Amino acid sequence: MDALTRRKFLIRSGVVGAGALAAGATALSLSDVLKTAGDKPSGAKTLVVVTLYGGNDGLNTVIPFADKAYHSARPELAYDEPEVLKLDATTGLNPALKNLHELFGTRRLAVIRGIGYPKPDRSHFKSMDIWHTAEPERPGPTGWLGRWLDAVGGDPRMAVSFEKVLPPLLAGASSAGAVVGTGEIKLPRGVTRETLAALGTSVSGESPFQARAAACFADLARVDELMTTVSEAADDSPSPDDEAQATGTGGGAGLDAQLSLVAQCIEARVATRVFSVSLGGFDTHADEKQPHQGLLGILDKALGAFLKRVQGKDVVVLVYSEFGRRVKANASDGTDHGTASSLFLLGDGVTGGLHGEPPNLSDLDNGDLKYTTDFRDVYTTVLERVLAADAARILGPWKGRLAGVL
Amino acid sequence: MPEREKAAHLLRRATFGPTMREVDAAEQRGFEATLQMLVRPSSPDNLSYPRLEPDPYAALTRQSTREERQAAQKTRREQVQQITGWWLDRMVTAERQLAEKLVFFWHGHWATSVQKVNSAHLMLAQQQIFRSRAHGPFGDFVKAMLRDSALILWLDGQRNTRKAPNENLARELMELFTLGIGNYTEADVKEAARALTGWTIDRTTGVASLEPNKFDDGQKMILGRTAKFDVDSLADHLVSQAAAPKFVASRLWFRFGSAEPIPSSVLESMSAAGDVASMMTAMLRSEEFGRAQGQLVKQPVEWLVGAVRQLGISGDRSAFYKGLTALDQVPFRPPSVAGWPSGNAWLTTFSAQTRLRVAEALAAKAVTVPSDTDEAARVLCVDAWTDRTRKLLEGVKDPRRRLALALASPEYAVH
Repeated sequence: MDALTRRKFLIRSGVVGAGALAAGATALSLSDVLKTAGDKPSGAKTLVVVTLYGGNDGLNTVIPFADKAYHSARPELAYDEPEVLKLDATTGLNPALKNLHELFGTRRLAVIRGIGYPKPDRSHFKSMDIWHTAEPERPGPTGWLGRWLDAVGGDPRMAVSFEKVLPPLLAGASSAGAVVGTGEIKLPRGVTRETLAALGTSVSGESPFQARAAACFADLARVDELMTTVSEAADDSPSPDDEAQATGTGGGAGLDAQLSLVAQCIEARVATRVFSVSLGGFDTHADEKQPHQGLLGILDKALGAFLKRVQGKDVVVLVYSEFGRRVKANASDGTDHGTASSLFLLGDGVTGGLHGEPPNLSDLDNGDLKYTTDFRDVYTTVLERVLAADAARILGPWKGRLAGVL
Repeated sequence: MPEREKAAHLLRRATFGPTMREVDAAEQRGFEATLQMLVRPSSPDNLSYPRLEPDPYAALTRQSTREERQAAQKTRREQVQQITGWWLDRMVTAERQLAEKLVFFWHGHWATSVQKVNSAHLMLAQQQIFRSRAHGPFGDFVKAMLRDSALILWLDGQRNTRKAPNENLARELMELFTLGIGNYTEADVKEAARALTGWTIDRTTGVASLEPNKFDDGQKMILGRTAKFDVDSLADHLVSQAAAPKFVASRLWFRFGSAEPIPSSVLESMSAAGDVASMMTAMLRSEEFGRAQGQLVKQPVEWLVGAVRQLGISGDRSAFYKGLTALDQVPFRPPSVAGWPSGNAWLTTFSAQTRLRVAEALAAKAVTVPSDTDEAARVLCVDAWTDRTRKLLEGVKDPRRRLALALASPEYAVH
């Protein structure tokens, strides 16, 4: 949808620059990850987190088509009964979500409704920080899966992102996940690996930034040879100018490419337990029905292909966005930043179906949906059931769990 | 600290990269006189805007063919290239370097992208506001910006009406332009959006105007005060908040001072200073600024424009400007409404290899080619090479190759 990479979104996020992330994530090549092929313990599950940047409109994703309040709040944006892909007598999926509908039919898709947190924040940046850190009161310097990585020993190959910069959710206090470069290295002729290594030599007394600039050359020298193996795959490919619709919060295409790399790793049974991928461009405020449907189509196609490929390989996918949109449309046939939304869990071991209480569209908090399930219930459940982790070490004394989903 | 290093530090931050001669002159003149010259320049401005053909979209009608529309789009893209090249040339050549750098600062502050605005004319009109209004009272500047067609289009202001407010502009106005997060509530955003209703943009002329019947003229309660707020009274109300000058001061510090949080004494003196020139004076004169060497990573525009200035590259520089696309910072195209990133975000393996490539192209066209490692430090205004880099550079015989590595070096990446 737009040429912006999610990277730029993350950089604005307050999480960046703190904790392990300040030191820079470990840059690895796909080969480094694939070297762990076969290392996955039998029975161990893999978690794939899909972040939708920009605030996905939950009500036009999981659609309460039978609710009059839905239609009267957003007449131009609403979907009618014949258009939706029905989940039950009152709820349907956006018409773009054909693969997800099929997965729902085979009970591999769980839709958790009414997901949110107390005192919702409608800033993209702040709310995404909250989801990354799982700390709504005061987002700290570490991400929830970064803290999990700390707890399991901190090998960066355990938590991998195929992007230029590490997402904050993978930054721990003492360790951080790996950014796996996918672009080809092009060096000027005459610049040898020895030159890179020389520029990358650390010297004492440098400012932290200068030291970091040097470390980049050291990394470059190390991955020079290996990185060339995976050109093109998961690049953030810009789209033409005229397609721009969103006010540049997040972005980056190539979800299918990212997921295809993830599938490649999973098929090789690598040691990685957590993968983070993303799709941006959801920050539409005007004439959003078609663009939104287009984005959901990209999501659906990528997820459909991915789940076919990894079926039976103990993979669970979590799909979320930083918030939903306001119930009522604005004057521009768009929606403004809102609160509670739906979240998807898909894959092996997921009990498909509709879960959670859907928010009441006639009982709003200042025009916004009231959440019925705290997103931390999802995190604790995923930590325990997918990663077999002690959730208390990561989320503290949080009591909530999702019942009957995983 | 030696006078020369003090002057060099000041010039590195307050200009787009000082030449050896500029540092010589500043050393002679002294720190205070140089500071005054930067902040209140007496040199002529010599500003002339590029001559743009009329916006090709204005001539389109409902009957226009697909080919005509494509041709118009192509012309628009060329116009954007034209103003981008023009602006970068200005950064290289402008006498009033700090003023020019502040224009770039405000562009990053109000972070409007031509990607959505899609008009060189409107982007240039916005820049005229930075050049003419940013020096005066902040409230007047904000009022002018809230009438700016490019900003309105960027944040859907023309979609914001009495019947159904669109909050995009109101939210970013408070979060990113005037107060900063934490200094307003959600209710304030909703109410402020009402105060900004009714603005429309004429598709042909690009002019913004208020349509009274789309404007919500009722009472609004914003930040504890109830009044029939409109665009002007909202702007006045926002800038009168104690948070406003502090927010602007911290943003200036973040780009000109250090990536470290603004020290409280600097925050105090800057917030109390009044206009932007006085705020900059307060910052640049502070002890904390003097101690902040190496605490900022050069933004790609700073890195590239600085190199072009220091190496005396003249003529058609457009090939170098293309390097900014690879380096991820193209003027008029900030990545999001929050502006460009900073610090470590610019320091990745990807950017390191890109800088190596662009540095080689720059070194190939350099007019000033240093003959040895020490001269390279003087030409590039680097206080000192580390042993690592000195050893590497001294081992390179070809002066242009040595220059390229010096440009790509960690020492030259920060300032």
